[in-house]
Amino acid sequence: MRWARSARWVLPMGPALFLLLAFFAGPILWTVWASLTNAALTGAQAAQTEFVGIANFERLIADTRFREATVLTVLFLVGCVFGQTVLGLTLALLMRNRHGAVRATVGAIVVGAWVVPEVVAGFVWYAFLEREGSFNAILGFFGAEPQNWLFTAPLLAVVLANIWKGTAFSMMTYSAGLSEVPDDLKEAARVDGASSFQVLVHVVLPLLRRTLATTLLLITLQTVQVFTLIFVMTSGGPGARSTTLPLLMYQEALRMGDLGYGTAIALALLVVAGLFSVVYVWMLSREEQR
Amino acid sequence: MRGTPRNTTRAVAAAALLSLVAAGCSSGADRDENTVRVAYQKFGTFIAMDSLMRKVKEEFEADNPDVTVELHAIEAQAEDYQTQVNLMNGSPSEAPDLIYQDTFTINQDADAGYLMPLDDHFDTWEDAELFSEQEAEAVTSLDGTRYGVMLGTDVRGLWYRTDLLEQAGVDTPWEPATWDEVLDAARVVQEEHGDAVVPLNVYSGTPAGEAASLQGFQMLLSGTDDGLFEESSEQWVSSSAGFTESLEFVRTIFDEGLTHDPQDALDANIATVNNEERFPGGEMAISLEGSWATQSWIEGANQPWPEWEEHMEFTRMPTRSGQGEGATSMSGGWALSMGAHATDPDLAWQVMTHTLNQENAVKFAVEGGQIPVRSDVAEDPGFLEAAPKAEQFAELVDITGFRPAYSEYPRVSLAIQEAMEVVMLGEATPEEAAELYSQELESIVGPDNVTDGS
Repeated sequence: MRWARSARWVLPMGPALFLLLAFFAGPILWTVWASLTNAALTGAQAAQTEFVGIANFERLIADTRFREATVLTVLFLVGCVFGQTVLGLTLALLMRNRHGAVRATVGAIVVGAWVVPEVVAGFVWYAFLEREGSFNAILGFFGAEPQNWLFTAPLLAVVLANIWKGTAFSMMTYSAGLSEVPDDLKEAARVDGASSFQVLVHVVLPLLRRTLATTLLLITLQTVQVFTLIFVMTSGGPGARSTTLPLLMYQEALRMGDLGYGTAIALALLVVAGLFSVVYVWMLSREEQR
Repeated sequence: MRGTPRNTTRAVAAAALLSLVAAGCSSGADRDENTVRVAYQKFGTFIAMDSLMRKVKEEFEADNPDVTVELHAIEAQAEDYQTQVNLMNGSPSEAPDLIYQDTFTINQDADAGYLMPLDDHFDTWEDAELFSEQEAEAVTSLDGTRYGVMLGTDVRGLWYRTDLLEQAGVDTPWEPATWDEVLDAARVVQEEHGDAVVPLNVYSGTPAGEAASLQGFQMLLSGTDDGLFEESSEQWVSSSAGFTESLEFVRTIFDEGLTHDPQDALDANIATVNNEERFPGGEMAISLEGSWATQSWIEGANQPWPEWEEHMEFTRMPTRSGQGEGATSMSGGWALSMGAHATDPDLAWQVMTHTLNQENAVKFAVEGGQIPVRSDVAEDPGFLEAAPKAEQFAELVDITGFRPAYSEYPRVSLAIQEAMEVVMLGEATPEEAAELYSQELESIVGPDNVTDGS
């Protein structure tokens, strides 16, 4: 009867398992395999793909473009995650105990940015920051010389755009987390004579720790793979000054048709995201133990 | 087993259904024998192919009621267009039957097994003898097989606005004999018109893509004593004097402000803006550009400019100090090729020959600003009337050069664009950029395939 018992849980899970294997594990395994070959979009290698061992990874390590892209990816990630967290948390804190109408209005505006498709968001920011855009019109009012911000400060421009777009997500999770903080704890602290700031630092934030770690993890994974926004705004330029790993991957795999090398970069991207995740999980478990 | 059989049965049924659905997705719909799928590019000022294929679809379907010509107009830059077509080619059920194809990618796509040899079909075609020798070379692979039929070719040179040059005191017709004379003209235009006019456009940097490499850099390099590829030794040339001299030219125009601001030059839409706005608006004086620029101005263009013939003239791009033939040009050209998985090659060939017939070839040559490869098109009165510069272009066909059609070329071309970009941004001197290029070149083609050209 043992097989029947296991069939009782295996069979209902079958469809889910099948979907996971076919659409999740499958592509990942294919990526790992492709990164070990010289697969290409065209040319003789497309007709006869050969196993090349770790050649793609050796090339990766020697490639200065890859190194620059990794640094840019980390800068982009840190900038976005820091900006989104501070802004999202501040907004969530400010919106606590406000009138319903205020919360609804602010919420709608912030979430609006999040709902907008990435292509549209990218274009909105392109139109805002380019030389004839609204930002320069505002600066021009104060007598500043117009400049194309996507050209003079490309990384900063895409970081700002991504923070603008992503803040809503942080704000919503922090709002949810804040509503979980019991009021009696805060009141007890106030009775003991703590100022609002002290209540925030010593009562609210420690209780928000788990939400914070989870949100950081989620937005890191979202941010590390941002492609559309950067592609629309700068295409990775000027030069390679905003070419993060996803853009480099696109250039190598699709522009150059080198699928093998492109997938190797994809795996490197996975490593970067993984490292950040490990750090968060480690921070969380260390806090738990205390 | 307490009442579980029914649940188990349901689960099994669900799983079976799901796998059926999945199987249905993966096998793909069977191709209809009577449908001919055509993939072509439509981008920016280039709408001539779209206009041609719509006409062909209408005519061919009227003559053959049971046949459908399925048009896939891909709106993308040349590089992205090729990527998309290659992705389609990768899956036989998605692959196009007819492909609008840049002739210099024919070798790599033939190697990949994406293309159908066309020798048998072409040899029995009554129009075959009208095609030029140059056409045959461009669509024949390194192993001597024909993989396409060319639609048209092009040359490159200097387009200029006569009124802006005359106002600056430059005599027209302008016939610069050296690079210095080109620069001098740009300088006087700048003195006369100041910031209102871009004196000289030379495509540079990665956003312009192949335009920077071919219209920009290689038009300069081919006017020096060096080249990109040494045919005799079949090696790529690194750090030649000509390479540095060409970058020197790029530095001069950006340093002296004789061209766009770098930020405008690094706009991916620069070619469209140049030809649809800057030239017609009198905001640009000279442009190193392809012979097809007229497609932006003629009737039927996105923004027609009926008076272009009064303002625009074309002249040859001189070599650096007037050496050699005194002038230079580079050429490319696009062809129609047939997919290796074409459902009915004979039917696809019929659509192809209909697209390439005399009447349609004239239409494409006029609207696409092309140099015809069919002798009966080159002599056609309708073409000669609509293409007033045809004679000047034809003269350049004798001295024009081609890109090395090897599969490493796209990567080498990118390295060139990057070298230009660091120079135009002032991040490196021409010597340093040439050195960067040499290193990049070695890593692309391997140290054994590189020569210093001496």
